[in-house]
Amino acid sequence: MSTTLKPAPVSVASIPLTHGHLPRGAEILVGVVAAAAAGLFPLLLGWGLVAWVIVSVILFIVGLTVWSAIVETRRSATDRMVTALVWTAFGIALVPLVSLLWTVVSKGVPAINSTFLSYSAFRTSLDQPIGIYHAIVGTLVITLCAVVISVPIGIFAAIYLVEYGKGNRLARGITFLVDVMTGIPSIVAGLFAFSMFTAFFGAGYRAGIGGAVALSLLMIPIVVRSTEEMLRLVPDDLREAAYALGTPKWRTITKVVLRTSLGGIITGVTLATARIIGETAPLLLIAGLTTRTNVNPFEGFMTTLPVFIYSQFQKGTAADFELAWGTALVLVIIVLLLNIVARVIGKIFAPKTGR
Amino acid sequence: MATLAGVFIFLTIEGVPGFFQEEQFYKGAGNFWGYVDHLLFGTVLAATIALIVAVPLAFGIALVVSHYAPKWIAGPVAYVIDLLAAVPSVVFGLWGINLFAPKMVPIYDWLNAHLGWLPFFEGPVNPVGTTILTAGLVLAIMILPIITAISREVFTQTPVLHEEAALALGATRWEMIRLAVFPYAKSGMVSAVMLGLGRALGETMAVAMVLSGGGGISFNLIASSNPTSIAANIASQYKENTPGTLHVLIATGLVLFLVTFLVNFAARWIVAGNDRKMAR
Repeated sequence: MSTTLKPAPVSVASIPLTHGHLPRGAEILVGVVAAAAAGLFPLLLGWGLVAWVIVSVILFIVGLTVWSAIVETRRSATDRMVTALVWTAFGIALVPLVSLLWTVVSKGVPAINSTFLSYSAFRTSLDQPIGIYHAIVGTLVITLCAVVISVPIGIFAAIYLVEYGKGNRLARGITFLVDVMTGIPSIVAGLFAFSMFTAFFGAGYRAGIGGAVALSLLMIPIVVRSTEEMLRLVPDDLREAAYALGTPKWRTITKVVLRTSLGGIITGVTLATARIIGETAPLLLIAGLTTRTNVNPFEGFMTTLPVFIYSQFQKGTAADFELAWGTALVLVIIVLLLNIVARVIGKIFAPKTGR
Repeated sequence: MATLAGVFIFLTIEGVPGFFQEEQFYKGAGNFWGYVDHLLFGTVLAATIALIVAVPLAFGIALVVSHYAPKWIAGPVAYVIDLLAAVPSVVFGLWGINLFAPKMVPIYDWLNAHLGWLPFFEGPVNPVGTTILTAGLVLAIMILPIITAISREVFTQTPVLHEEAALALGATRWEMIRLAVFPYAKSGMVSAVMLGLGRALGETMAVAMVLSGGGGISFNLIASSNPTSIAANIASQYKENTPGTLHVLIATGLVLFLVTFLVNFAARWIVAGNDRKMAR
């Protein structure tokens, strides 16, 4: 028990089982030092705040990596560098996004008042205040028409894909077309509607319904996709149970499948609506521009909120821009509401399918 | 359902005459390709800038939300990003021209002064900042939420067991992400980028509002005259309602459609190929 034990060989002892660690709060320490070091530049050279932030971030990343490489291993140095880089990317990306939201809200709120919401842009004398009532009406009418056109087509197409045409050639063709249509640029949809209506009704025909057709072209693929997903989620047990009771196929679909997936379908449709309500380009081409309120989609020009923003932008004076920001805020709020409604509907209907 | 197929046929019928119009409709260029090539160049250039800027940032945000940040930050941030994906493009355009473009001018001055030897920053600097670089950056901000949303989705779907196995073998967090998360999410990341590219190529309003176009092919990113994009060109020219011009515009739309179609097709092909590999 006493003789054979030797001290461990030197080579083994030189490899430590643990390596060094940076002290806790090393990030904060490096950050403060980097900020202070970078602070010399604005003092000495008169640089601005932005340059200071950029320099300190660079110093922070380099400093932390080098320190970690000296004290710890190379692997943890890489890890620390990537962590810092990823958080930097996060910070850089949040700046414009937050700035966008903040600008829309802060510039939009002063523009909004009761006149703004209830008057159209048609004025009988120059000093008359104008509003966006006509654009709100136009947006609602055109979007409603687009929904009416695309929801039945979309849902029926999805039902066909899931229930009837499982894997046959026509279904695959339709899936391919839907995929292609998802990537269709909105202006191309507008051009299509424009050329179609020109061909059928003569040159210069512009009305809300054309815009609705263009929008539904963009909306149908989204509706088909989301409905398809929802229908696939319905368990086959339910279908088979219905068949076992002797229910015909169409009744199974309407009473069992659709009812089970209703919440998901409504959510999908609402999100699709939120997506198309902000489209500008196609409506610019086909729906025209007017200052008056028009509720008839088949006759006369019709203005929507995004098109109104664009036309205000083209006029270009400060007052026009104020109206444009107000309109932008209204538009963003509508999109926001639609998103929230979609989420709430999804939540309400979701537990039913789970049980 | 037959109407879906009708779209393409119709667009082709209306567009094909645009390839063979008389010279006067092509604004000085001899034939259709002379007219469309600088538009196509502008489209691709703006989309490329957007992708170069947006892709690393988007993956960064997605990683922070899915793996780095604590839950109380990740949840709200993810929600805000989803919301920004739904903000209409015209609002981005308004923000870009009113706030973003003027802010960029000092940066362009700096780039021109210090990196002027690069052909990209040759100058003279555009005094209002409505350059192709600004347009590309606004596009980048627009496609950022989309790429982020999709890649975050795939990142969070990585099996937790893979991640824990990597960590248990002593991997640092970055090694865990590189070894477990990226291979799993690769096809999703590619399709996210492709979707963003398709969006950037077809984007109309933001480019039309931010960019002061009219120039020819040039790699000078900060000058006053820039190549414009196909979609923005359609939006600004459509009012000249002569049938000849319209046919030409529809033909350019057809070209744009084909380009986006190719991009989407490539994305789907890559994703499908990767799925097969994973299944094996």
